[in-house]
Amino acid sequence: MTLLAPFAPLPAHHPWPRHVVDEATWQAVGARLGDGAADLLGLWGEPDAVHLALHRGMEQGVAVVSLPCPDGRFPSVGELHAPAIRLERAVRDLWGLEPVGASDLRPWLAAVDQPYDFLPAEGPGLHEIPVGPIHAGIIEPGHFRFTANGETVVRLEQRLGWVHKGIERRLAGTGLLEAARIVARVSGDSTVAYGVAFARAAEAALAVQAPPRAQALRGVMAELERAANHLGDIGAICNDAAFTLIHAHAALLREGVLRTAGELFGHRLMMDRVVPGGVAIDLDEAGGRRLRALAAEIRPRLAELAAVYDRTPSLRDRTVTTGVVGAALVRQWAAGGFVGRASGRDFDTRRDLPYPPYDRLRLAVPTRTTGDVDARLWVRVDEVQHSLGLIEQLVADLPGGPLTVSLPPPAGAAEGLALVEGFRGDVLVWLRLAPDGKVARCHPRDPSWFQWPLLEAAIEGNIVADFPLCNKSFNCSYAGHDL
Amino acid sequence: MRAGLLLRGLLGGPATVAAPAPATDALAELARTVDAAARRRLGRSLSIREVDAGSCNGCELEIHALNNPVYDVERFGLRFVASPRHADVLLVTGPVTRNMAFALRRAWDCTPEPRWVVAVGDCGAGCGAFVGAPGIVAGTGAVSEVLPVALHIKGCPPTPMQLLAGLLALMEG
Repeated sequence: MTLLAPFAPLPAHHPWPRHVVDEATWQAVGARLGDGAADLLGLWGEPDAVHLALHRGMEQGVAVVSLPCPDGRFPSVGELHAPAIRLERAVRDLWGLEPVGASDLRPWLAAVDQPYDFLPAEGPGLHEIPVGPIHAGIIEPGHFRFTANGETVVRLEQRLGWVHKGIERRLAGTGLLEAARIVARVSGDSTVAYGVAFARAAEAALAVQAPPRAQALRGVMAELERAANHLGDIGAICNDAAFTLIHAHAALLREGVLRTAGELFGHRLMMDRVVPGGVAIDLDEAGGRRLRALAAEIRPRLAELAAVYDRTPSLRDRTVTTGVVGAALVRQWAAGGFVGRASGRDFDTRRDLPYPPYDRLRLAVPTRTTGDVDARLWVRVDEVQHSLGLIEQLVADLPGGPLTVSLPPPAGAAEGLALVEGFRGDVLVWLRLAPDGKVARCHPRDPSWFQWPLLEAAIEGNIVADFPLCNKSFNCSYAGHDL
Repeated sequence: MRAGLLLRGLLGGPATVAAPAPATDALAELARTVDAAARRRLGRSLSIREVDAGSCNGCELEIHALNNPVYDVERFGLRFVASPRHADVLLVTGPVTRNMAFALRRAWDCTPEPRWVVAVGDCGAGCGAFVGAPGIVAGTGAVSEVLPVALHIKGCPPTPMQLLAGLLALMEG
């Protein structure tokens, strides 16, 4: 983007450039995002500045654009590029910065238990169905306001923020290890992905690389996490279509992954096994054999479940053409993971912004084009099979050497950005270290930020009873979004 | 192909694990928090309403696992229900956020007596990773800041076996 050329990148920011720009350029960048010239990866604030991260395709890569806000205001990007709207509302709530020109200034993460102006939907026969924050099930809290005409949903509006903990402020001033523990709990189901993202951001800021063995073990744990979550989702989607057979069997496969992880890595979800500088636990040869046996066990049993799914008309009747998201919307929102890939967005940070150990592995990215519940389920099935293959590749050829590299104190200003492929899509962590090595500012951005709004689009025209199915096929994170 | 699934079910033996012994620290805590008369009403069978009051969703994953065929919690008479109006127990994960405190209290108000709160996870006990975060209740997010807690099941997250051992202590009364 030649727009950024006049603004020299800051030397402290790694591995991608950060440009501090003027207001006119900030707005021009927003306009380019609106034109589809780049994907928005995140937008976050701090007391006196806003930042956005964008991806300009394979050739030009990733960049961070920053605008100082000495008077607490910045030109709204959301007005030019809708995916930024919720992010700007969050910046306004958390840091008090005003997005000038924004037409939606309702609170987003703050004052969630206060009355809220849902957007009006009026017409003969319309009625509202409020759901949540506490849902009927073992699910995270959020509020959904449906407007329906009979059984048909004409609008869904989400009200999120219920589990907002203030993670970003909590992180400021903490040491790296404590911060890593907190970031690993931004969304518990993605703890490995967040662990790797935070570690990579810290390592980039400190200009060190985790040793090859640590990189490979991170890959093993990340793929176990992806497989476990997808297996759970595949079963849960079928369960919401009243097909409990697949649910029970998929749950057994998921449990097999978690038990193996628990035995080999000492924690079923592998929390805190990734640390800045490397990993906290090794894998011996017997462990490698266990993982190969696990892959060999799951592969045919998942194929069998997928065949049952494929040959059960009553089940596919519920999933095919249900909850469709169009290709244009996933492109505009740069939706990652199965939500994007099921609607034809062929993007995976493991392949397209490669980082170790994926830069040396054979990696396939499954995509579908129908954008419905069925497509999101099939992308998951394919991804589990690919993850098993990646685990086999990794344990067959584990590099030797140490598990960690020691982290030097920062040489002055130190900032790092990392993008890591979690099971939902790309997890972003941006980090600035203080001269004493503690966290000055850290922003974790969950893939759900760019998927939740598409769920509102997916449910339109579907029946109320299909909402659980659509919601499960997205499986967005509330905790990861609410911070 | 479906025959393969059914055959494995017939020949493979049960997936279910043996029950753990009730956790002794849980028994001790219940002896302190629940008086003898109320303890007699515990046991036999309990309906549980899970409430995520601020969790990272890690606890939810393991609570979910209680319903899978390996842990099969219903065999002990423990059943997850959709409404607090049908519940004997609120199983609450934290840290309780300021945004969720009101909804949590309302769920409690909807729960008929006799009723008990079980706080799950280090965060629910007020000693998790988020202590000191500005958006959680009282700076700790402990469930006991909002509701009277009969039993804590700690862990980050507690494993399904730890959850079972704690819940079975509740059944002992």
